[in-house]
Amino acid sequence: MLRYVIKRLIGAIPTLFIIITLSFFLMRLAPGGPFSRERALPPEIEANLLKAYHLDDPLWLQFLNYLGDLAHGDFGPSFKYKDFSVGELIWGGFPTSALVGGIAILLALGIGICAGTYAALKQNSRLDYSTMGFAMVGIAVPNFVIAPLLTFFISLKMGWLPVGGWGQLKHMILPVIALALPQIAAIARLTRGSMIEVLRSNFVRTARSKGLPEQVTVTRHALKAAMLPVVSYLGPAVAGIITGSVIIEQIFGIPGIGRYFVQAALNRDYTLVMGVTIFYGVLIILLNLLADIIYGFLDPKIRYE
Amino acid sequence: MTDVVLKPDRALTEEVKGRSLWQDAWNRLLRNHAAVVSGIVLIIILLLSFVGPYLAPHSVDEVNWDYIDSPPNFAAGYYFGTDQNGRDLLVRTFYGGRVSITIGLVATLVSLAIGVSWGAIAGFVGGRVDNLMMRVVDILYSLPFIFFVIMLTVIFGRYMVLMYVAIGAVSWLDMARIVRGQTLSLKRKEFVEAAHASGVSTFNIIRRHIVPNTLGPVIIYVTLTVPTVMLTESFISFLGMGVQEPNSSWGVLVSEGARVMDISWWGLIFPCAFLSITLLCLNYLGDGVRDAFDPKDR
Amino acid sequence: MTVTAFPKSGARGIERARAGGAVLEVSNLQTIFSTPEGPVSAVSGVSFAVNAGEAVGVVGESGSGKSQIFMSIMGLLASNGRATGSVKFRGQEILGLPLSELNRVRGERMSMIFQDPMTSLNPYLTIHRQMTEVLVTHKGLSEDEARRAAIAMLDRVQIPEAARRIDMYPHEFSGGMRQRAMIAMALLCQPELLIADEPTTALDVTVQAQILELMNELRRDFNMALVFITHDLGVIAGLADRVLVMYAGRIVESGPVIDIFKTPQHPYSAGLLRSMPRLDEAKGERLATIAGQPPNLQRLPAGCAFRDRCDFRMEICAAETPLLQSFAPERNKACHLARL
Repeated sequence: MLRYVIKRLIGAIPTLFIIITLSFFLMRLAPGGPFSRERALPPEIEANLLKAYHLDDPLWLQFLNYLGDLAHGDFGPSFKYKDFSVGELIWGGFPTSALVGGIAILLALGIGICAGTYAALKQNSRLDYSTMGFAMVGIAVPNFVIAPLLTFFISLKMGWLPVGGWGQLKHMILPVIALALPQIAAIARLTRGSMIEVLRSNFVRTARSKGLPEQVTVTRHALKAAMLPVVSYLGPAVAGIITGSVIIEQIFGIPGIGRYFVQAALNRDYTLVMGVTIFYGVLIILLNLLADIIYGFLDPKIRYE
Repeated sequence: MTDVVLKPDRALTEEVKGRSLWQDAWNRLLRNHAAVVSGIVLIIILLLSFVGPYLAPHSVDEVNWDYIDSPPNFAAGYYFGTDQNGRDLLVRTFYGGRVSITIGLVATLVSLAIGVSWGAIAGFVGGRVDNLMMRVVDILYSLPFIFFVIMLTVIFGRYMVLMYVAIGAVSWLDMARIVRGQTLSLKRKEFVEAAHASGVSTFNIIRRHIVPNTLGPVIIYVTLTVPTVMLTESFISFLGMGVQEPNSSWGVLVSEGARVMDISWWGLIFPCAFLSITLLCLNYLGDGVRDAFDPKDR
Repeated sequence: MTVTAFPKSGARGIERARAGGAVLEVSNLQTIFSTPEGPVSAVSGVSFAVNAGEAVGVVGESGSGKSQIFMSIMGLLASNGRATGSVKFRGQEILGLPLSELNRVRGERMSMIFQDPMTSLNPYLTIHRQMTEVLVTHKGLSEDEARRAAIAMLDRVQIPEAARRIDMYPHEFSGGMRQRAMIAMALLCQPELLIADEPTTALDVTVQAQILELMNELRRDFNMALVFITHDLGVIAGLADRVLVMYAGRIVESGPVIDIFKTPQHPYSAGLLRSMPRLDEAKGERLATIAGQPPNLQRLPAGCAFRDRCDFRMEICAAETPLLQSFAPERNKACHLARL
């Protein structure tokens, strides 16, 4: 088990490096610098600004400096929000994003697994078809379509929940639902497919032949086996939630990292864009690792190696 | 022991007719009602998007100050209503379809080209080259690609063509994996060895043997890539980084609609409907194609 | 016709079994699968009985229906399969029983073991867990009692260091050990009938012999009826009292094992026996085969399904399906030919 974890950790390093390198050079490739959006500055002031931010150094030097700073946890200053460093901005917004995202993934797992299991047990019934129909909609329709539609019907027409903003519980409901919906759908579909296959497997046949009550067969024998693909999906699920949060935070006006990212991309705020990308990249890598570890625990072949 | 010769019974001698893989798959697809309905709906939407603008009562650039932000008005020919600039939403929706679908198809082709080449080369050459190429795929796979797409479009946004390329460039990974897998398993099959033995060049082996056989999974993958790519495009367009004014794609239209949804429901509902239905149908069709080639008891 | 191995029991074994009464009585069992291409008849009207303590071999090629008969009996058919007819276990009709009732019979009074022990055991649970649950469910034993009984049974099937091994996972066992564990698991409740579906097919030849030996012993010790499904006649010879030969979903011949081996009365049985390679054959002799292909179960021909592979076919074979009929005490055949 330990060897498995270490191997994964080591594998993550080149990935991390590539994220950092790609982000760095891509941002630098963009036409226009961070200051070109504002009023045209007198050349001396611009030159000074560039110097202060080390933007006049050769590219490779900037890169090395950046790497060095990163090692100290310093993402650099934000070019747009002059009073803050990128690190501060990220840490400021992260708890919010984490809260919404965390609840969304828990919701996705809970509802998705239950729905998928029921659909599998009642395969080809009306419950199955309607659940899978909903799931298909959840997967195909983008969340930036679902979010405004939800807002339209629930906030504007029904007035049950606020359109946007942040601060109270009621502000969280729509964003979390909109964020969770595609993942609920994906996990439900995945669970159903996996469960159907497991229910047809030889060892479930053996369990039935032993005269075990069907409920025991499903919960003790089938469920654990069926969960493995879902655990493998955790990594992509989290990535999906992170990606979705970029839009959801924008739509509902939630002060999280996703919203910073969009603004930063449009403003060419190099350091902020890179900072967020790297931060999320690390997060995804770590969570993928966590998912792998959980998988290792569940599969005895890996656990006892 | 007398040997009595029987008249051959037709029922006995009639073999189960051999069917080609394609015919089998096509039959299975036709039996899938969801896929068939989706296919028909998609054709309708395709026609509306590409032919629709020529048949619509108003043209896409036509601005009418009398009808700013007005609800659907059949009398005046504004079936979907108008937007804040007085432009007909119906025609803009069709036009948006044109843009979204075109980007979807082009970007898919780009991803197809990159993915198939990458996968076929990796699979066929094998060894360390294969390892390296697949390692790259693995690493790229775990990257939060949406962030790179956004970055790429920020860089290249002014040039629409490059945006297609950018979207395609982040979507080829699955394709490469599939093609490589197929190539590897085919490489070992006897007919490739036979071709090799009779001196057919590597290029021709790839072209004449490997490519036709990988076509199945590739087709499946393409039908599932198109909606993914369209989704990516509308995602960034929604955020304001993709297709720009005065062009419209469905993502842009949804974004606009969302902004004014408290006063004009039509601006939101119609583009949402078109985008959602298209993506839904593509997904059902894609699922159907996959089941047709590789049936599992559903 | 000489046989390579002499069966261990014969007519006398059958007599003894008959005294114990019928454990299983199958009457006109039909199993049909609905597929998108139409219905497939896997079992077409099969009738037979298994008596207490008897060993019955069921022989046939893939697609003959030999496994599906017992899947139907155990209620383990795939979701697109339907079984009709009558199956009585100790006089109680079990075909069509609600699941809760069926679960009181299977696992406790009637058990089954399968071909591939690697996939038939749950890879995510320990052997201990998989075994004790049978005793806890059916006999109401406590966890401790169940564990002790399970270890004792693992010992009985000759798994070394049973007390340590019981806490392992299936993948830590070898193929032969896994099959022994499966047998142990099936025998925990001392069932009256054990159905073994090709249990040795996936094993090495030497291991095969050991398992067969084990099963013979256990059958005698537990006084259990045993149904042994296989495509390998050689295996049957050492184990069975009686044999059922199956083809295309029907029993084509049945009788005591010695008689079937010495004087098979159905062309298919004869063909099977002839095609067994033998140690005492002269070198260089061609292997005998049965010409033709197994039938397409979706389009079973009218009349006898074996006819186009049969050297003795007659006109009546195309017109009338031969019924399984007795032509001598204990011997049945489904063939229009009066005598082979």
